[in-house]
Amino acid sequence: MVKILENKMIVPNICTITVFAPEIAGSVKAGQFAILRVDEDGERIPLTVSDWDAERGTITMVYVMVGKTTQKLATLTTNDTLATVVGPLGNPMEIDLFGKVICIGGCYGNASIYPIARALKEKGNRVTSIIEGRSSYMLYWQEKLKTVSDQLIVITRDGSQGKAGHIGNLKSILAAGTPPDRVIVNGCNYLMMRAAQETLPFKIKTIVSLNTLMIDGTGMCGVCRVTVNSSTKFACVDGPHFDAHEVDWDELAQRRKAYLSEEVQTLRSSMAQ
Amino acid sequence: MSEEPKPKPKIDLNRREMPKQEEHVRSHNFLEVALGYTAELAMAEARRCLQCKKPFCIADCPVQIKIPEFIQAIADGDFAAGVRILKERNSLPSVCGRVCPQEEQCEKHCALTKRGGTIAVGRLERFLGDWEAAQPEMALPELSSPTGKKVAIIGGGPAGLTAAADLIKAGHQVVIYEALHKMGGVLYYGIPEFRLPKAIVDREVDYLRRLGVEMHTDFVVGKTRSMDSILEEFDAVFVATGAGLPWFMEMSGNNFNGVYSANEYLTRINLMKGYAYPKNDTPIKRHRKVAVLGGGNVAMDCARTALRLGAEATIVYRRSRTELPARLEEIENAEEEGVKFHYLTLPVRTIGDDRFNVTALECLKMELGEPDASGRRSPVPIPGSEFILPFDSVIHAIGNSPNPLIPQTTPGLTIGRKGNIVIDSETGKTSKERVWAGGDIATGAATVISAMGAARKAASSIHEFLMS
Repeated sequence: MVKILENKMIVPNICTITVFAPEIAGSVKAGQFAILRVDEDGERIPLTVSDWDAERGTITMVYVMVGKTTQKLATLTTNDTLATVVGPLGNPMEIDLFGKVICIGGCYGNASIYPIARALKEKGNRVTSIIEGRSSYMLYWQEKLKTVSDQLIVITRDGSQGKAGHIGNLKSILAAGTPPDRVIVNGCNYLMMRAAQETLPFKIKTIVSLNTLMIDGTGMCGVCRVTVNSSTKFACVDGPHFDAHEVDWDELAQRRKAYLSEEVQTLRSSMAQ
Repeated sequence: MSEEPKPKPKIDLNRREMPKQEEHVRSHNFLEVALGYTAELAMAEARRCLQCKKPFCIADCPVQIKIPEFIQAIADGDFAAGVRILKERNSLPSVCGRVCPQEEQCEKHCALTKRGGTIAVGRLERFLGDWEAAQPEMALPELSSPTGKKVAIIGGGPAGLTAAADLIKAGHQVVIYEALHKMGGVLYYGIPEFRLPKAIVDREVDYLRRLGVEMHTDFVVGKTRSMDSILEEFDAVFVATGAGLPWFMEMSGNNFNGVYSANEYLTRINLMKGYAYPKNDTPIKRHRKVAVLGGGNVAMDCARTALRLGAEATIVYRRSRTELPARLEEIENAEEEGVKFHYLTLPVRTIGDDRFNVTALECLKMELGEPDASGRRSPVPIPGSEFILPFDSVIHAIGNSPNPLIPQTTPGLTIGRKGNIVIDSETGKTSKERVWAGGDIATGAATVISAMGAARKAASSIHEFLMS
């Protein structure tokens, strides 16, 4: 049983949860995830570890309320417990002195890109962070991101903050200044795919952290199969970070939807209760 | 006093059948298929044992159970004594009595086998394990006095549990680290409820806990903590991390929705209790026509599980029935329940629709050619014999490579060509100091009992090392 220290909604439908998990806090690196299980009958869901404090023994994750499990998770509060928090799983993000790096986050990626930007900055890179959202009220962790970025660019669909537009604006950003040595994108698969399309003509190495279904997260079940550079990879042990220009995005999108009808069904029945 | 001459035993070839659930009933539920002997049946079966002076049954048992002795105890009606004898060598009798391939081991060379009346060693073992569990108090064996040494065991499956039992009895402090949220490894996530009820796994695990074994679930050595950090705290480490990356047949279409590895399919059902969805949260699709590729025990488990979820289940196998590697008992159970078999059929392509769902399997007809290295006649494709079988799900049950997490994250371990940890087969020692390994992580996919046998050897080598 893992104790919840804080669990709150920070913007509509997006929550942060901080739990006491000293072993994970002591070993996690930027880009790794944990698997959570809310209760004994619960499913296992992977969430990126977006911040941690090794001294206090805490890890923080950000989740979007989309299905039954995340809805259930959102009802829990300080001192409640989770049945499982296991990790850190997956490979850490490759952190090196690349030069100029653009870190892009959307949705939960506003948060999960933060430790990556932080590690890159500590390594001496020039970091430009870009966050993207529907409207200014959907953005969060801006102050945190500013502290680890040389520049923070905000894009909103409705223009309520920063540039008006969407990830397609990346093209003009790339064309304007010196092109970055690397682009890293975290967020929904659509955002990552679109970002990859924008960086391809510039031939900029682009790394994405893929969202797949997972069960054990340790390389045993194989539900997280993705096709990268025409070969099958397991996101949990080979990834989750891959070269965006080699990912089969259509397949990924279809595999994500495998249980869509079941997810809707459980959500309906859990809301009816 | 003169001894009375012993009467020559009358040979009874009537191997007592174990009651089973009716096939048309059991194919619709997840309850255990075989119901176990009653005390009367067990005693009748045990009395048939000839009590050979030189028993062949023990020689073929990977953990060297004193088989004639525990059978005699059953014949005498002294079940408690039988349990004591059994547990000297095997800490998981209820499990092994169910899932060991006895026909390849203890029962193979039984003196009565040639005459068609092999003693049902497995059923008797199971009887004792279950009898003990039904008693109000489970007797705990005496432990040796504490040695002050600490052993870490990585992986809570059959190998890990066996080593834990041996080492704690020898007086060492034992801590098991398990990556999943339940102890038991493949006994929990792999073998279905109808063949090995999870309550039995929990019971055997609880027995070890009462012996003093400390257990940490949700702990991934190599990730949560490195092996080297574990080695700082412990005197020895036994790696028993079991199965890893599942294999898929080399063909196109493996990533369509509806295609599963046996590991995923069984884990969804067994560990995550997907059969109780939507009461439990982990979903499982209710497919209509399921193909299972492979012919081993795991393939039978998948097909019989699919059947219980309401599907028509078909085993697609490239050789013929005689070459099926599964236990005969499992094949017969599958056949009785209504699993279909497509023999001499080689899948070459999975076909899907524009929504990425499986719709069919393209196959080739095969014929049997010359015997190969394994002695089995090897299948040869018949050119131009392509045909299409409609399915909405395809499960690959053709095996897996050893779990990659420890090999990937631990410097100093020699890793074999198949991703296995290389060990000395007599001692289980790895190339890294104070580290032993055994079970599927060292050999690749094999049986529960062979993993337990390897664990027992490693435990004895670890004990020797710790006491020297």
